[in-house]
Amino acid sequence: MNNIIGYIIIGIGVLFNLFGCIGLLRMPDVYCRLQAATKCVTLGICFVLIGVVVIVGFNPLGVKALICMVFILVTSPTGAHALARGAYKSGVKLWKKSVCDKYKDKESK
Amino acid sequence: MKRFTLFFISYIIWILLVLPLDLQTLILGFFVALIVALLFGKEFVENYKRLWHIDRLFWFLVYIPVFTYYLILANLDVMYRVLHPDLPIHPGIVKVKTKLKSRSGRSVLCNSITLTPGTLSVDIEGEYIYIHWLNVKSDDVDLASKEIVEKFEKYLMKVFG
Repeated sequence: MNNIIGYIIIGIGVLFNLFGCIGLLRMPDVYCRLQAATKCVTLGICFVLIGVVVIVGFNPLGVKALICMVFILVTSPTGAHALARGAYKSGVKLWKKSVCDKYKDKESK
Repeated sequence: MKRFTLFFISYIIWILLVLPLDLQTLILGFFVALIVALLFGKEFVENYKRLWHIDRLFWFLVYIPVFTYYLILANLDVMYRVLHPDLPIHPGIVKVKTKLKSRSGRSVLCNSITLTPGTLSVDIEGEYIYIHWLNVKSDDVDLASKEIVEKFEKYLMKVFG
């Protein structure tokens, strides 16, 4: 029974990862792509790891999976933030239909 | 004392990572945690005593389900935008203001913002955070702050003070 629930949760996780990848292809510029990539992939990986915990139970392997989850939740947004900032500093333009850009004011000061 | 706190935390993480315990890994972990504590003790949180406040830990536990709710909401939101044939996005970078004072509080806030619906923190400068927003509703500082920051801020204020 645990196996079936675990596999379903892993399946949901893989589905989220798939949507993240589709987003990565469809979005127009770097920043929007980062949005799709970080959110969907983070939750997708979390679901996969939760599925692993459900299947193996609370033994050493399960605890490792939980710790990996915490680390991914902490590092993934930090990495996205660093990429976005780096992209902006090195002059990657926003999409031409973007509504506003408050960051430019600060940079030009 | 600051170093000891860091040593304690890293030792616990090490133990959880190597879980089928034996003496060798315990001794090795002791030295690894010692090195980590000596190297990075200075950069550890400014006010380590706060780590042990029970009410802060309690509010942090309250914060986790709130955060999980918004994380799942964020994914459904991005999923909708990605799969919609017209790609309904109005991206832009807005500026918001935070009331949080401590550095660790601000970084947790930035990470939470990145993982919630359509927002990605780009840079932080003093009490202003620059955020890339997938669906800009308002480019005014106060309105955008209310929309993005407030839902986390009220919990994080209690955790990080």
